[in-house]
Amino acid sequence: MSVFVNKHSKVIFQGFTGEHATFHAQDAISMGTQVVGGVTPGKGGTTHLGLPVFDTVAEAVAATGADVSAVFVPPPFNADALMEAIDAGIKVAVTIADGIPIHDMVRLQRYRVGKDAIIIGPNTPGIITPGECKVGIMPSHIYKKGNIGIVSRSGTLNYEATEQMADLGLGITTSVGIGGDPVNGTDFVTVLRAFEDDPETEVVVMIGEIGGPQEVAAARWAKENLSKPLIGFVAGIAAPPGRRMGHAGAIISSEADTASAKMDAMEKLGHYVARNPAHIGQTVLRAMRERGIAVR
Amino acid sequence: MNIHEYQAKELLQSFGVPVPVGGVAFNPTQARQAAEEIGGNRWVVKAQVHAGGRGKAGGVKVVDSLDEVKKAADAMIGTRLVTHQTGPEGSLVQRVWVEQASQIRKEFYLGFVIDRGTQRITVIASSEGGMDIEEVAKVSPEKIIKEVIDPAIGLRDFQCRKVATAIGLKGKLMPMAVKIMKAIYRCMRDKDALQAEINPLAVVGSEDDQKLLVLDAKFNFDDNALYRQRAVTEMRDLAEEDPKEVEATGHGLNYIALDGNIGCIVNGAGLAMASLDAITLHGGAPANFLDVGGGASPEKVTNACRIVLEDPNVKCILVNIFAGINRCDWIAKGLIQACNSLQIKVPLIVRLAGTNVDEGRKILAESGLSFITAENLDAAAEKAVAIVKG
Repeated sequence: MSVFVNKHSKVIFQGFTGEHATFHAQDAISMGTQVVGGVTPGKGGTTHLGLPVFDTVAEAVAATGADVSAVFVPPPFNADALMEAIDAGIKVAVTIADGIPIHDMVRLQRYRVGKDAIIIGPNTPGIITPGECKVGIMPSHIYKKGNIGIVSRSGTLNYEATEQMADLGLGITTSVGIGGDPVNGTDFVTVLRAFEDDPETEVVVMIGEIGGPQEVAAARWAKENLSKPLIGFVAGIAAPPGRRMGHAGAIISSEADTASAKMDAMEKLGHYVARNPAHIGQTVLRAMRERGIAVR
Repeated sequence: MNIHEYQAKELLQSFGVPVPVGGVAFNPTQARQAAEEIGGNRWVVKAQVHAGGRGKAGGVKVVDSLDEVKKAADAMIGTRLVTHQTGPEGSLVQRVWVEQASQIRKEFYLGFVIDRGTQRITVIASSEGGMDIEEVAKVSPEKIIKEVIDPAIGLRDFQCRKVATAIGLKGKLMPMAVKIMKAIYRCMRDKDALQAEINPLAVVGSEDDQKLLVLDAKFNFDDNALYRQRAVTEMRDLAEEDPKEVEATGHGLNYIALDGNIGCIVNGAGLAMASLDAITLHGGAPANFLDVGGGASPEKVTNACRIVLEDPNVKCILVNIFAGINRCDWIAKGLIQACNSLQIKVPLIVRLAGTNVDEGRKILAESGLSFITAENLDAAAEKAVAIVKG
């Protein structure tokens, strides 16, 4: 089992014929992902990587039964592409783009209300269920199958944590990057809830960063609702206030936004916290031993 | 992207928001002329820098004659204004704003932000004008009113009336407040602003002729939307930004200067932050934040090294790459190119992981250059700190 995507997911690529989409579609296919086609407006009726290209997502869904979309569309047109995916009945849309105007995301979040779709991103490496489905740009070979669910705002820090765990023989069910933007499609709580509902996931790792209330909200939710151990880390201990640390959303605007305040809050709520980014793997292992969870 | 107070006032005025009559001046003579054109017998001369806290730092002067306007402008222009937000080096004043002084009866706070909890534009208002809103939130949170705006519906009149009543804007002032709030919302939405802060919004005038006026305004715009905001982009004052950060942005790098001595070159914002954290936890101090981003070509890596090394405090450089869309072999080639072209004298500690890692490590090992390699983040940070501590 896994969350959001698995071996049954039928994936299309929006912006399919572009350079990045082509590269990552090939990588996804090589690791077993069911890629069923793609969308590039104006190129409908052609084929790419031996797969059909459509002008609209609606046509792609009708012809292929696709339920997942990897949105590789440039930032100015990205929110529109996401709305198109939702409108066409796509269940999980993953948007990689870094640089979508925030007002576009505010409107998108309003558009989604009452519609049944998961939006992962923007500004994310995507989502991967090892051996089954990859929708994103992460190096798939570092993700080994196991019983840990991992969710993060940052991409590279997700890789870092994943490798630390892999070095200790710890594998994952699904890795979800919710992205580094201040307004994102999926928050930590949504992903934690999915991990709670997934029987294969026995441990949850949450990697946050400075800025915004998400980590603490998720830690509160987890205290009441997550039956599995939660291990957290928040990046930006050394970040100065008021500066945007690379990610649009990584900015300390108040005392509660700091890494220390968030980690203190998580600890107070009874969760495991790795206080050092180099100790995420070993903290996960310690939590599993203490809770009697087998290493898989 | 930030703009000056006078630009914010001009922008607000174009949306129908009342602001004091005023003019911008780049030298004392212009300041005097501006005051003369404005008329009246009392003016405020305000230093135009992006940092807050100008009043306490001597960047705002109320004067009663044209000569004093000139004198005040002369004292400000060309000096460095040091406020609690500028750091000890201060911010160079290159222009002043001269405006008609107002008879202030009461001050309010009015802010518009994109609230990260609700993911919507939210009005924040308080009767405690002139005060830092963070401070009000700490001391008297009950005095802060919030109203969330549905982007599909927009800001409604009744919501504005609710906010106005809650902070005590009554009678004739209420419809004025409604008009101002709606105009600021439109401005924020149409111009892709992330934040608009009016502090204070003042009640001015005589007992029988009260009106609302924006006495100070601060805007922050979405860099990611500047491509569709030409008029906003034209307000950019590069003199207010760190030239190295501007240069780095031009090379597709994200650089932020810090005050330590360990230079950092990392891919990805999260790992870059974590690298600074690891250095700090080992007792060291990072000299900078630098995210080389995805697709780091050898040229990009060379530029990153050059920018980091422009900081004379840098005693060594920690390179931490976990390649996803990047490739370790490109990074390795870039480092060798940088070492050769920049004749780097400081030690380089290199940690490579991810895509093409073996190839990258091999290239470094066979280069004949003395890179200090590290297997993981912890070891890399430890080695870097050990080097600077001798």
